[in-house]
Amino acid sequence: MTNGWVDIKNTDMMLIMGGNPAENHPCGFKWAIEAKRERNAKMIVVDPRHTRTAAVSDMYVQIRAGADIAFLGGLIRYAIENQRIAKEYLVNFTNAAFLVQEGFKLPEDGLYSGFDEESKTYDRSSWNYESGDGRATPNALPGNVAADLTLEHPRCVYQQLKRQYSRYTPEMVERITGVPKEQFLKAADLFTSIRKDGDMKNVATIIYAVGWTQHSFGTQIIRTAAMLQLLLGNVGRAGGGVNALRGHSNIQGATDMAGLFDSLPGYLKIPSVDDKDFDSWIKRTTPTSSKPADWDSWNYYSNTSKFAVSLLKALYGPAARKENNWAFDYLPKIDREYSWTHIFNEMYEGKVKGLMAFGMNAVAIGPNSQKNIDALKKAKFLVVCDIYPEETSDFWRAPGITPEETKAIQTEVYRLPGAGFAEKDGTFVNSARWLQWKWAAVPPPGDAKLDQEILSRIFLKVRELYRKEGGAFPDPILNLSWNYSIAENPSLSEVARELNGRALDTGQQLPGFAALKDDGSTSCGNWIWCGSWTEAGAMMQRRDPADPSGLGLHPNWGWSWPMNRRVLYNRASCDVSGKPWDPSRALIWWNEEQKKWVGNDVVDFKPDSPPKDHMGPFIMNAEGVGRIFAPLAAFADGPFPEFYEPTESPVENALHPKRSKNPVAERFRTAMDKYGTPEEGFTIVCTTYRLTEHYHYWTKNNPMNVQLVPEPFVEIPMELAADLGIKGGDKVKVTSARASYQAKAMVTHRIKPMTIDGKKVYQIGIPIHYGYRGIQEDAGRTARSLTNSLTPTVTDPNAHTPEFKGFLVKLEKA
Amino acid sequence: MVLVHPTRRGFLKAGTGAVVASVLGFDVKTAYAQAQELKISKTTETRSTCPYCAVACGVIIHTLGDKAKNVTAQVVHVEGDPDCPTNRGTLCPKGSSLYHDILNDRRLLRPEVRRAGSDRWEPIPWDRAFEEIGRHIKSARDESFVATDAQGRTVNRFENMAFIGGCTDTNEFNYLVVKTMRGMGVTYIENQARV
Repeated sequence: MTNGWVDIKNTDMMLIMGGNPAENHPCGFKWAIEAKRERNAKMIVVDPRHTRTAAVSDMYVQIRAGADIAFLGGLIRYAIENQRIAKEYLVNFTNAAFLVQEGFKLPEDGLYSGFDEESKTYDRSSWNYESGDGRATPNALPGNVAADLTLEHPRCVYQQLKRQYSRYTPEMVERITGVPKEQFLKAADLFTSIRKDGDMKNVATIIYAVGWTQHSFGTQIIRTAAMLQLLLGNVGRAGGGVNALRGHSNIQGATDMAGLFDSLPGYLKIPSVDDKDFDSWIKRTTPTSSKPADWDSWNYYSNTSKFAVSLLKALYGPAARKENNWAFDYLPKIDREYSWTHIFNEMYEGKVKGLMAFGMNAVAIGPNSQKNIDALKKAKFLVVCDIYPEETSDFWRAPGITPEETKAIQTEVYRLPGAGFAEKDGTFVNSARWLQWKWAAVPPPGDAKLDQEILSRIFLKVRELYRKEGGAFPDPILNLSWNYSIAENPSLSEVARELNGRALDTGQQLPGFAALKDDGSTSCGNWIWCGSWTEAGAMMQRRDPADPSGLGLHPNWGWSWPMNRRVLYNRASCDVSGKPWDPSRALIWWNEEQKKWVGNDVVDFKPDSPPKDHMGPFIMNAEGVGRIFAPLAAFADGPFPEFYEPTESPVENALHPKRSKNPVAERFRTAMDKYGTPEEGFTIVCTTYRLTEHYHYWTKNNPMNVQLVPEPFVEIPMELAADLGIKGGDKVKVTSARASYQAKAMVTHRIKPMTIDGKKVYQIGIPIHYGYRGIQEDAGRTARSLTNSLTPTVTDPNAHTPEFKGFLVKLEKA
Repeated sequence: MVLVHPTRRGFLKAGTGAVVASVLGFDVKTAYAQAQELKISKTTETRSTCPYCAVACGVIIHTLGDKAKNVTAQVVHVEGDPDCPTNRGTLCPKGSSLYHDILNDRRLLRPEVRRAGSDRWEPIPWDRAFEEIGRHIKSARDESFVATDAQGRTVNRFENMAFIGGCTDTNEFNYLVVKTMRGMGVTYIENQARV
C-alpha cells in the first residue's frame, strides 16, 4: 500500500476492484466503513461476483474476470474527455508533459513498436523520451528531456495517453467487460466526481488484491490504476493512493526481503552475467536523473552503491573488501528467469533435483497441481518444514497414485516440524509497510523446532562438509558472516539489528539509510529497513497507539519503512508551492521561515528542497515525477497498458482480434501444459477465491474453521444451474484442459450471466482452501482434489505471477 | 522511545463495578465476582500478530505459567489487541480461532523421513536429518555448480536445488534464507509472494 489501513478512513471515494476486503481483510475493511460513515465517502465495487464487499457498496458493477484493463482504460478516457483531471498535479508531478521520441507506436493493432515475432519479446529502445538537447541516448533515458507544459504537443505523454485510450469508448468497454454502457458511465461519473471542475480538495483511493495480480497481464492492470490515480492527482495524499491488500501476514516483508529470484534485499537487482564486476553491476542498476532542464530530480537510487556495499558487508563481513569487489563474485549471476513456475517446470524436465520448502505448500499453491506433483516425483530430495501434514510432503501418496507407483517414486522426503506463529518472535511487515514485532508466547510443541534453528543447522552442516572435504567454490559458504551468539539458533533480535545495520568502526546502530556508505565502513542487511532498530532501541517494538494528527498515522506504533513514513510520496499532498491540497488532511507542508518541509508525517522528500526548485515528488524515479508513460525496460509488455484477453478466453479481443492475448506472456511446453479453447467445449469462465472462514491450505487443519465451512463447493449462477439441471448440493465436476475437480454445487444469485461481445458467457467461482490433507480430507468427506489442479501455467511477463483468475472450464453433474 | 503497556486488567477492575452498577441498576455483586475470576485473570499476556492476512491484527496470547525455566506455559486464551491501531481489538473468524491453531492435535511433533520407494513416514533423529540433508545439498551443489558460463563469464550458480519460502516466515528468518541460499549460489529462490 502507498498508504495504510487506517488511512482509508480519510478518503472520499473508493474503487475496490480485484479484491474483496469485507471477506478477506475483515478487520482492515472497518476503515472503509468508517470513511462511509464519517465522511460520507462513496464506494464502488467492481467484481465478477456480488461479494459481501459489494453488498455494502454504493455501486456494484459486475465485470467479466480478466477484463479490468478495459474498464480502467475506459475510466481514463472518461476523465480526459470530461476534463476531470488534476491539471497542476499532472503537469508538474507526472511525466505528462514529457515528449516521447519519434518512432514510438501505439498498439492499435495489438502491438507496440519493436515487437519481434520470433522471440516474442520487444526491442524497447523506441519507448523513450525525446532528448531536450538533441543528444541521442539509445537504450538510456536522456538526462535532459524535451517537454511541453501546455500538454498540446502531439507526441507528449498526455496526448499519447489520450490517443491510447480513445479506443476504450463506453461501447468498447461494454463489449469487452460485459458492463452495460449506461452502468459504466454512471460508475465513471461517480468515481471522477472528486475532480469535478478541477477542484483538488477531495481524494479517491483504489484498493485491490490478487484479483488484479493473478493474470497474464496483472502488472499492467495495476499500472492502469496507478496512471488513473496520477491523472486525478490522488497519489501521495491522505485517503488516496494505490493500495494493494496483501494476502498474508508477511508477504510484504517477504517481498522486501527478496525471497525472490530476481532481487536482493531492499529491491536491489540481482547481478546478471553481463555484470563483470561490482562497478559494472552498480552502473547498470543505478539510474541517472532524466528531467526537463529547469526541473530538479533527487533520484534517490543514485545511492545504490551504498546500499549494495553495505549489504555485501552484512553478508560476508571482513571477506567483502574493496580489493575483491566487495565479494561480488560470491553472488550468483543470472541470465534467465528462475521464478516459481520455472522451478516446477525445470524439475519436471529433470533439471532441478532438490527442493526446500519452508512453510510453503507448493503442490497446493502453484498452478497446475498435477504438474507439480509429477515434478516432485522426479526430484532426488525434498525438505519440507511445516506445522501440519500437508499436500507437498505427502505428494508421493497423492490421490490417484497406486501403491506400485509410490514404490517407483525415488524422492527422499524429509518432513521437519517447525514452529507456529505463537512460538516465534520476530517481525512481520503488514500491508501498510509497518514492521511490528511479536513476542513468543510458548515453545514449539513436542520435538518441533524454531525455523531459524532448522535452517541454521542445515547450513552449518553444509559448511562443515565444505570445510572438511572441500568442493565446488567453497569460499562464499566458508566466508558467510555468521557471528551470532548462538550460531545454531540465532536470536532474531540479533538478526533484526543486523538488518538495520551498524557503523563498523564504532559498532553503533545506524539511525537511517542516509548514514550508509560505499567505502566498507557500514553494514546493513536491508537498506529500506535501516532505522528500524537504532541506538534508541527497537523501533518496530514500539506500542504507543497515539495519533496526534487524527489522520491515522500512529507514528509511534511499530515502524514503517522507509524511515517511518506512513504515506509514500507525501510531497505530492501539496501543490507546487508547497501548500496542502486539502489543509484538513495535511500530511506535510513547506515552512518558509524554517526553509524546510515539516508536517504530521515523516517527509518523503529532500527536506530542504524549496518548492521553487521544482524537485519532483517521486524521488525513487529518475525523472522525479510519476510515470504515466513507463519508458524503456520498465515493463516487458508496453509503456502503457493495453487490454489483452486472458490466455484462455471465451471470445477474441474486440480491440484487435488478430492479437487477442498478451504477446509476451509466458506459456510452457511440457506434456502437462495444456491450454483450453471454447472450440474444445471449454466455454465457462472460472475464477478462484478465498472465504472469510478459511486461510489458504492451513485452516483445513483447524476444527473451528472446518466446522464453519466444512467442505469445498463450486459457486454456480442460477441460470447455468438451470441449463444443466443442477440443484444446490448436487455433486458437480469442473473440468479444464488440465484436470477435473469435484465438489458440491452452490447455486447462487451472486454471479449473473453476462453478455460479452454479443455472446452469453457464464462465470463460476471455486474457493481454494481444500486439498488431500486436512480434517475433512483425512476423514474421506471430500473428493480430495485441489482447486489449482484446474489452473494453467501461464505467467505475467513482469511479475511472473500465474494466471489463477479467468481460465476456461466445462461443468457437468458428477 | 516510548514503550506503552497499558494495564487492561486494571481498567476492567475499575470499570466493572462502577459502570455496570449505574447502568444496569441491579445487584452487581455476582457479576463483579465473575469478573474477578475470569480465566485470564492470572495469565501472562504476550503481544503477537495474527499469522493470516496482511491486516496483521494485533493479538494477545494469554498463557498460564510464568515462563520460568522449569515451567511450560499453557495457552488458555487468544484475543484481539485493543491497543493495535489497525484492528482495535477485533478479530475475524480466522483470528478468533487461533487458540485452536496453537493447540491442535494435528501439529507435526517430530522429524520424519520418507525413504526412496517407501510407502510410509518413519521417525528420524534431528541430528541425523541435518546430516543427511546437508549431504544431499552438498552432493547436489558439487555435481551441478556452474562457475563460468559458455562465454567464460563468472556466474557461480547452484542451479539444481530450489528454495521456496512461506508467507508466515518472519523477516529475520527470511534474511537468513537469503544469506544462506545466495551464499551457496542458489538461483531458484522463490516465495509465496510470487504466487
